[in-house]
Amino acid sequence: MENTPLITKRKLSVRWLFDMARRDSRKNRSRLLLFISAIIFGIAALVAIYSFRYNLQKDVDSQAATLIGADLMVQGSHPPDASIKPLLDSLGGSKSEERSFPSMVYFPVSKGTRLVQVRALKGQYPYYGSLETEPVQAGQSFRSRKAALVDKVLALQFNVHVNDSVKVGEVTFLVAGILDKAPGQTGISSGVAPVVYIPLQYLEQTGLQKKGSRINYSYYYKLDKSVNVLKLVKSIEPKLDKAEMNIETIESRKESTGRSFGDLTRFLSLVGFIALLLGCVGVASAIHIYIREKIASIAIMRCLGVKASEAFLIYLIQIIGIGIIGSVIGAALGTVIQNVLPMVMKDFLPLMISTDISWLAIGQGVLLGIIISVLFALLPLISIRNISPLNTLRINYDEVNLVRDPLRWLVYLLIIGFIITFTYFQLDSWMASVFFTIGIAIAFLILAFTAWLLMRLMRAFIKSTWGYLFRQGFANLYRPNNQTIILITSIGLSTAFICTLFFIQNILMAQVKLSSSGNQSNMILFDIQTSQQKGLAELTKQQHLPVIQQVPIVAVRLIKINGKTEADVKKDTSIKIPVRAFTWEYRVTYRDSLSATEKLLKGNWVGKAGDAKEIPVSIEDNFSRRNNVHVGDHLVFNVQGVQMPAIVSSVRQVNWNKIQTNFQIVFPTGVLEDAPQFHVLLTHVPSAKVSARYQQAVVRQFPNVSIIDLGLVLNVIDGLLDKIGYVIRFMSAFSIITGVVVLIASVRISKYQRIQESVLLRTLGASRKQIFTITALEYLFLGMLSALTGIVIAAGGSWLLARFSFEIPFNIDVLPAIVLFVIISVLTVVIGLLNSRGVLNRPPLEILRGN
Amino acid sequence: MLLSSNNGCNYLSYRKDQSVENILNVSNLTKTYSSAGKTLTVLDNINFSVAAGSTNAIVGPSGSGKTTLLGLCAGLDRASAGSVELNNINLGKLSEDQLAQVRNQYIGFIFQNFQLLPTLTALENIMVPLELRGEKNIRARALDLLDKVGLADRGHHYPTQLSGGEQQRVSLARAFSNAPQILFADEPTGNLDAETSEKVVKLLFDLNKEAGTTLVVVTHDLELAAKTQRILRIKGGKLVGDDLTVNS
Repeated sequence: MENTPLITKRKLSVRWLFDMARRDSRKNRSRLLLFISAIIFGIAALVAIYSFRYNLQKDVDSQAATLIGADLMVQGSHPPDASIKPLLDSLGGSKSEERSFPSMVYFPVSKGTRLVQVRALKGQYPYYGSLETEPVQAGQSFRSRKAALVDKVLALQFNVHVNDSVKVGEVTFLVAGILDKAPGQTGISSGVAPVVYIPLQYLEQTGLQKKGSRINYSYYYKLDKSVNVLKLVKSIEPKLDKAEMNIETIESRKESTGRSFGDLTRFLSLVGFIALLLGCVGVASAIHIYIREKIASIAIMRCLGVKASEAFLIYLIQIIGIGIIGSVIGAALGTVIQNVLPMVMKDFLPLMISTDISWLAIGQGVLLGIIISVLFALLPLISIRNISPLNTLRINYDEVNLVRDPLRWLVYLLIIGFIITFTYFQLDSWMASVFFTIGIAIAFLILAFTAWLLMRLMRAFIKSTWGYLFRQGFANLYRPNNQTIILITSIGLSTAFICTLFFIQNILMAQVKLSSSGNQSNMILFDIQTSQQKGLAELTKQQHLPVIQQVPIVAVRLIKINGKTEADVKKDTSIKIPVRAFTWEYRVTYRDSLSATEKLLKGNWVGKAGDAKEIPVSIEDNFSRRNNVHVGDHLVFNVQGVQMPAIVSSVRQVNWNKIQTNFQIVFPTGVLEDAPQFHVLLTHVPSAKVSARYQQAVVRQFPNVSIIDLGLVLNVIDGLLDKIGYVIRFMSAFSIITGVVVLIASVRISKYQRIQESVLLRTLGASRKQIFTITALEYLFLGMLSALTGIVIAAGGSWLLARFSFEIPFNIDVLPAIVLFVIISVLTVVIGLLNSRGVLNRPPLEILRGN
Repeated sequence: MLLSSNNGCNYLSYRKDQSVENILNVSNLTKTYSSAGKTLTVLDNINFSVAAGSTNAIVGPSGSGKTTLLGLCAGLDRASAGSVELNNINLGKLSEDQLAQVRNQYIGFIFQNFQLLPTLTALENIMVPLELRGEKNIRARALDLLDKVGLADRGHHYPTQLSGGEQQRVSLARAFSNAPQILFADEPTGNLDAETSEKVVKLLFDLNKEAGTTLVVVTHDLELAAKTQRILRIKGGKLVGDDLTVNS
């Protein structure tokens, strides 16, 4: 024996740590991979979206010219006046002119009518890209003859083919081609407002270009390459501003398109990030149990002289290793999925998106995966330092506390810091990132709390008098090291996503339907000239339809509020009037009484104008709040060139949810009767057949009158919600798959424990069928609780949205909720049983030896 | 020579005046646990020393505190009062990491339930203490030990592929791999049948004799205890007997 007691300081051997990490993971690699697969789908979602975003940026850059179709576009809602016309004519290169407006068209072949966006075109627009038509030459040939291009949505709806005809106003055009794509057009826009192109030279003959018609005037220019567009825009912008015309260039369109799609991809990447976080919580939970199982091994290592920090590093290396593998698999999967994204988003995209592999996106995804898997695994990993070697002498001698380590607060801080930083890179705002992180934390807490509450309720509900199998099945949810809360949270979140979508779609549709139920109006006719008002009312009555409301509408602008003009407000920011109060064109009406949807809040209602210098007008309460205008304030309106001083006599509350004409500003009778105006007529059609017959009659007799059919609106809204829903469902699929993976991982983790119980029960005389029933019941309870958690949260969320965002009554359809409940419950049982079949089907002894 | 901490501060002095004839000195050792507001005394004022190279048994009925005493002597646990000096190092003053190093450097362990790392092969299990010491020629030395315990051809087998007796033999090889100065064995035959027990005990004593290691065996098997030179008897947490055997 040496005479000198000595503790030699030994160096940390990194190679040995890696060796031990490799050796220790030997029999657990497939399990570790299963844990980490919970993050695979989150990473895949993010890599897919990032790749899509980068490709989109690239494609917007390369295809921006085809989005606008010209180098320069000037647009206004009034015919350009004499002062601006020379400027418009002087802008060099090639020029095209377009007038667009909503109007009814009539298809003789199917006797169908529909409100469309008519575009009357002159010139060779588009200069970049083309009007993609069937046949191809129609995109050019229709311009020189009395021919039209009909959007493919319309063609499909009304069974219109090339060489059929379409009546626009007074003129019948030959359908020269079916329009597939025009610059800047998306599937959504053609669904909401399908387009019919006609040559501009026939616009006059259609009779649709009358005073009061809502026409947009657009001018497209192809400039010489030598022209500095930026410089040109700078020089003409002030004049165009004055003439209330907008200007757009390829660059500005590039920016606005990039911005709007940036917002979209940012939103989607946050949805993907939520799936990733969900997976990470699953990983943390699985690693926690993994470390618990490793307590004995760690204690032996500590006994043999391994330091706490070395034991920690051995497992950290394992986690980093599987984190890399999981992230690389996720990135590869994401690269494949990004090929699908342009198809998923096709209705929202105005351009072709390429699907090139983005190494930047892959790099970001892999890095993110490694960081986040390590961060979340750190929580259980730090507790390794507290595992005592004494565990070798006495199993469970010391109930190792894997959660009470003070260092956990540092880990929490790191996780929160990381989420905020990551979100900041998506949202570009620290404030928004903090709110998002708080929101996520609250959402997870609510989910976990709801799950916990439901479990408690269920526990109280399951009586001791219930059969043993039921009680045992339910008790399994409380087994030691259970992952019940995390499973209910992850599956519940996915359910909540989908269910909220159904609920909101349902609430909105129900509201639209409700608005037109009974004898309430469900058809709106507008753009009615004063001279047509009587005739149209008669026609309506002839068709045995009620004239529910006839309202005159006058377009006015505000030029002064309490003596302050737009220029004053722009100059002095202390004036609490928004500039947009002056830029907006208000459509006002005049009448002598309040309508059924209005309630007087303040002041006195004046139905008839007297001799006073100022006209007493009534304003809507939102308008009052927004523009800081109150009873007694002085306003000056510009009514088609005539200045009219007014005073606010009352503030009204308006129920906008009813389908009828509502107004922000109402004039008394006796003032605007002679002003240029058009009228709106509201009626109720009992069926689609009557609606079609009535529309045909109106379009034939009054071609300039436009009709909004609520049936059509319902279809459009339904279609739109379906398309948005498709994208959201696609994204929520990642959380669902994550939930399923967490479930599989959880079943696999607790397999050994289940085998022991199963063996014990079978030794005590339980049949295989009884064990199967207990297992099935356990997953049934789990599935039911998860689905219920999701549905409860979806109902709560939908109620909040309905009450505070849409401000409509909360009214949910329980059928989709029940269907979802059944699907989720059955799916959980099937996945649970499939993964437990080893426990159920094989002889217990064989399994015990195998383990 | 001084024992120094990581930051170089000396806090454990080497007592030159004390002979190292005793490798283990236990003074006034007490271990208490608090449970439900009550204090439970598991070991009460234990005093004894162990001479270097001797073989010793700690015997006593279940719950008498034998294993607790072994844990404290081997630096696996901390005393509530009193001290344990191993090789003249006061274990109570060491950090957890220093204790780990003391175990690696001076101590060998044999457990009732073998405590082999399940994901390592028999050979790798034996290599771990040597690898930790950063020694050379590890594989050959581990193979030699494996040969000594009669398992030369089972080196690549995992613990689950070995019988209980074989696992305990691997455990013996591992315990001797770092040439420990003291070997603690906790019921080394507790999980073995009589025949296997006999073989394992023989191997243990043979290896011990060859290496000149101090042996401390905790057991309730009096036959095994009788093979040592000295028997310490514990009852109710107190040392109630300290007898030399015929082997002394």
